[in-house]
Formats: sequence, C-alpha cells, structure tokens
Amino acid sequence: MAHVITLVFAAGILLITSLLVYELWVNSHLSRAKFGWGFFWTQTWDPIFDHFGALPFIYGTVVTSIVSLLIAVPLGLAAAIFLAELAPRQLSDGVAFLIDLLAAVPSVIYGLLGIFVVVPLVRTVIGPALKMVLGGLPIFKGPNYGVGFLTAGIVLAIMVVPFIISVSREVLLTVPRDQREAALALGATRWESTWRVVVPWARTGIMGSIFLALARALGETMAVTMVIGNNPKISASLFAPGYTIAAVIANEFTEATGDVYLSALIELGLVLFLLTFILNGLARLLIVATERGGGHLT
Amino acid sequence: MKKTALSLLLTVCLAALAAAQGALTINAAGATFPYPIYSKWFDLYHTQHPNIQINYQSIGSGGGIRQLTAGTVDFGATDMPMNDDQIKEYQSKNGSGILHFPTVLGAVVPTYNLPKVSADLKFTQRALVGIYMGTITRWNDPEIAKANSGVSLPGDDIVVIHRSDGSGTSFIWTDFLSKASGDWKGKIGAGTSINWPVGLGGKGNEGVSGLVKQTPDSIGYVELIYALQNNIAFGLVQNSDGKFVKASLEGVMTAAAGVAKSMPDDFRVSITNAPGAAAYPISSFTWLLIPQTIKDSAKRDAIKAFLSWMLTDGQQYNEALSYAKLPKAVADKESKEIAKIQ
Repeated sequence: MAHVITLVFAAGILLITSLLVYELWVNSHLSRAKFGWGFFWTQTWDPIFDHFGALPFIYGTVVTSIVSLLIAVPLGLAAAIFLAELAPRQLSDGVAFLIDLLAAVPSVIYGLLGIFVVVPLVRTVIGPALKMVLGGLPIFKGPNYGVGFLTAGIVLAIMVVPFIISVSREVLLTVPRDQREAALALGATRWESTWRVVVPWARTGIMGSIFLALARALGETMAVTMVIGNNPKISASLFAPGYTIAAVIANEFTEATGDVYLSALIELGLVLFLLTFILNGLARLLIVATERGGGHLT
Repeated sequence: MKKTALSLLLTVCLAALAAAQGALTINAAGATFPYPIYSKWFDLYHTQHPNIQINYQSIGSGGGIRQLTAGTVDFGATDMPMNDDQIKEYQSKNGSGILHFPTVLGAVVPTYNLPKVSADLKFTQRALVGIYMGTITRWNDPEIAKANSGVSLPGDDIVVIHRSDGSGTSFIWTDFLSKASGDWKGKIGAGTSINWPVGLGGKGNEGVSGLVKQTPDSIGYVELIYALQNNIAFGLVQNSDGKFVKASLEGVMTAAAGVAKSMPDDFRVSITNAPGAAAYPISSFTWLLIPQTIKDSAKRDAIKAFLSWMLTDGQQYNEALSYAKLPKAVADKESKEIAKIQ
C-alpha cells in the first residue's frame, strides 16, 4: 500500500513537470511558428514591429551566471575548506548557521543591496580599479555606468556563495579521518593533505554544490533585473548593460498585449527551461564521470 | 450550552450569507498608473453605496485588456487605448463592442542628473528625440545648448535611462517622440514596451529615478505625480506652439482642453503635442474600458451609476492625489456616452 502511494507521489512530480513543459510548448506555438529556429540567433527584441529573438537574453543569462560562478566558487570553496578543516568546531558551526540564514534571504533584498551598495561600488571603486590594471582587455573596455554584467555577476555571486559553502562544508566534513591521517603520515603538509587528498575525495559533492549554485544563478530574476541595466544587447565588455531571460519575462509579461509578443515571452521561458535542463544534465554526467574516477558523493 | 453555541454560529453564518447575497461585487483590472485614484474612488463609492463593492487589481494595462477579453473581469482600465485589432478580438469573443471612458489625466516629465547645473533645463522636441535615439550624445550638443543659453553644460556623454518594464508611461513618452519625429515613428514607434536604441532600463518609476539619481550625466522620464511627490527636479519641454512649458496639472488640463473640441466619439485620442501656448506636450488620458452590452442588469446599473458619479463628484478628489481633472467639455461628452451601455 505504502509502495503504491509513494509511487503515485513520485509520478505526480513527473506529471507536473511534463505539464509545465507542455503548457510552455503549447502557448509558445505562435512565436515558434513565426520565427522557427531563427529565434535562437536573432538579436532584436522589438514589441512594436513584432520581431523577437532570444540571443541577447541567452547571452546575458550565461554570462552573468559564469561571472557569478567565477567569483563564488573560489570564495565559497576557500570558505568551506576553512570552516571544515581549519576552524575550531564551534566557530565552524556558528558561521555555517549564519551562512544558511543568508541563503534564505529573499532575492529582492539582494537586489536592493545591489542597487544601493554594489552599483556605486562598481562605478566608483571596482570599475576604475579594473580599468587601471586590466584596461586593455576587451572585457573591461567601454563606459562604466555601475549597472551591467559585472554588477549582476557580483550580486549573483553573493547570492549563490552560501549554497557552495554550506554543501561543500558538509561534504568535506564527511571525508573519513583516516584519509587525512594517511596523507599526514606520508609526510604531507597540512595544506597538501587538505588540497590533494581531502578535497579530491569530496570533489563530486563540491561539483554538485557548484551546479546547485549555477541553477540558482540561471533563474534569478528580481535581483538581476535591478542591477543589470536591462538593455538587450550583446557586448564583449562586462561593464556594458545586458538582459537575462528571467529579467525580461518579469519586466514585460504583465503589459504584453500582442499575441505573438506573449507567445515570444513564453518561448523564452521554454528556452530557459531547456538551458537549465541541459546544464543540469551535463552536471549529472560530470558527477557520474568523476565518481568513476574516484570521487565520492558521500 | 453546546446547542446554543451551535445555533448562534449557524445564525451568524446565515446572516452573513444573506448580507453577502445583497452585496454586489464588480471585478475590474488594468492600469497601474491610475491605481491610487481608482482605489480612492472605489473605496469612497462603497462607503456611499455599501452594497456595491468594486474590486480593482492593478495588473497592468496589457493584463487588463487580456482579462477583459477573456471575460474574467467586468471592466478594464488602460493607459493606452485599445487598437482596432484588440477591439475586433473583444467583439468576436464577447459579442459586444467596447467603450472607452477617459477618467483622469497624467503627464510624463524629463528628469536629469547634472550636479553642476542648477537651473531647470529646457528641452526642444528635437533634443529629446535625438537623445533617446542616440544621435545626440553629449550634454553640450548645440541642440540642447541653444535652448539653454547662459547655462554651462558639461561635455560629458549623456547616459540615457528608460523603463525596462512595459508601462503606460513609456507609451506616453514614445507617443510624444513619435509625433515629434517621423523618423522615430517609422523606426521605433510608440508602445508600452519598445526596442530602445540606447540606454539603461530601470524597473518602474522608482527604478528610473533611482538610476538617474545615482548616475551622473543621466536623463530619464518619470510620471509627473511621482516627480511631484518625491521632489524630483525636472526640465521644461517645448510644446507644439514652440513654448517651453514646465509640467503642472494646469498645463496638462490645457492640453486636454485643446483637444476637447476635436475629440472623437470613441474617446480614443492621444493628447501628446496638443495645441495651445500653455499646453504641456507630454500628457495623456487614462481610460476605463466598459463593455457596451452588460447582461447582468444589477452590474450594468451599478457601473453606469459609478461612471456618472466619477465624472462629477469623483473628479474633485483628483488634484489631492496630483492627477489632473477632466476638462468639463470632455466630462459632459462622456456623461452622454453612458447611455450607450445597454
């Protein structure tokens, strides 16, 4: 009996997901029929002349997520290693509790933090500093308004770092003591034993946490739309304003009057779903591959 | 004891049910711009007529039109009049026409952040079009400088700010720019969401004014009401008579009055760039969308009564909330229109 009930609930989840995809598919048919595959590489987004394309939004979503991971992963991993290996247990537990609280803060609050703290910081301190040191690189060229891909990446990094720290710390704590002790016995330094033995043992779990962070970064809406500048253009510079899929749907959905317009927004939702699905699929494959290579999930 | 309590509870429930049967709930949805005045009106009307409750959800003009066409709400509200396609769609889905009733007037003003300039800047129509098209890129461009002799403008790049979300404010602004420039009309057009050639997008009036405040050398546009209530400095705009007007409730009413004589019968008119020396050129009506045929007679009578009240008593509450009143000529014409609701 319990067997049947649990089966029904599990099937229920699959049913809801399929229903979601079905609804997205059906309601985007006008836009799919009109634009076809061209939707993926068209760069215009023109609600007046009904000309829509997803490329700037896909670009924005991917770039902000990558920037956020580039910032959050080293920070998060370092913090997790500190908390798991080097900090006294009480400090580690206390800080971990606070970090878990951070993960629960609503994203609008992060958006406000972004507008009032990060945007002026990028415009007056971080931007000029980067330009001074690395100004030759194309990613740091161009005018710096304070809002843009970099700011969105920073705000997203602040939002996803708690996930990385929390999960990675848990995984690192489960690494068996004898692994560390064996490394130390073989003459490794404290750091060598941590970096070369403990972390590789936990790498599957750590990668899982990174993909969890990526999933959050891809779908984040409010915080991003407040700091990204909302301009659907593709630029090489990280200081330039951009747009993400979630942000444009949140901004334009309520006022979308035309049928093709609405359908195009729903098709963007479908694209985001596909993007998340593909990235999560890759994550799973990567985890399976590293598990075979010797990493351990628990 | 238990029996008494139970029968008391039952009586209370039945009484509530009976009271609810007497009350009439009318559902409406639409524009966010007039939400403050609408919610005041509906509240006041309910106090005066306790059995009529009008429930308004400000989900946006687009949402209002969609829900009205789908039949989920009894009437809608929009900052942008329905176009012919939308009216045809409504007609085919609901078998009746749709009537537009202007309710209040609003305006959009240009706000900017130039720390070293203290005077109110004057913007010609060409200047605003050029700035938003990206053809005028510096503050000391001759087009801006010639209207502001005596003001020393910096040579910095202009940071253009617009709305990122679909909004009636954007519609009014782009409608004005379309009238000011055939180029803008042909290439970009007017609407609640458009393909902006340049600029950063802020969400809501708060987003735009926040970005303008934070970004030096920036220019943006916000609702007049928002600017007045938050003490935001804004510039003057040149109207179609060539005069530079600073937005005010009087200027907006003058614009509406200027168009009142040539008001079409369906009230779907744009009053941007209206004639008149004191008219503020970036003004607009906002409309209630009432179906021409309302089958429920109780609802029909209630809606008609509300409209009459709104056009007469209701208008006295506009100015306190910084909305401009309808010109008398327009209100009178609308009163006659109410009879069309069958």
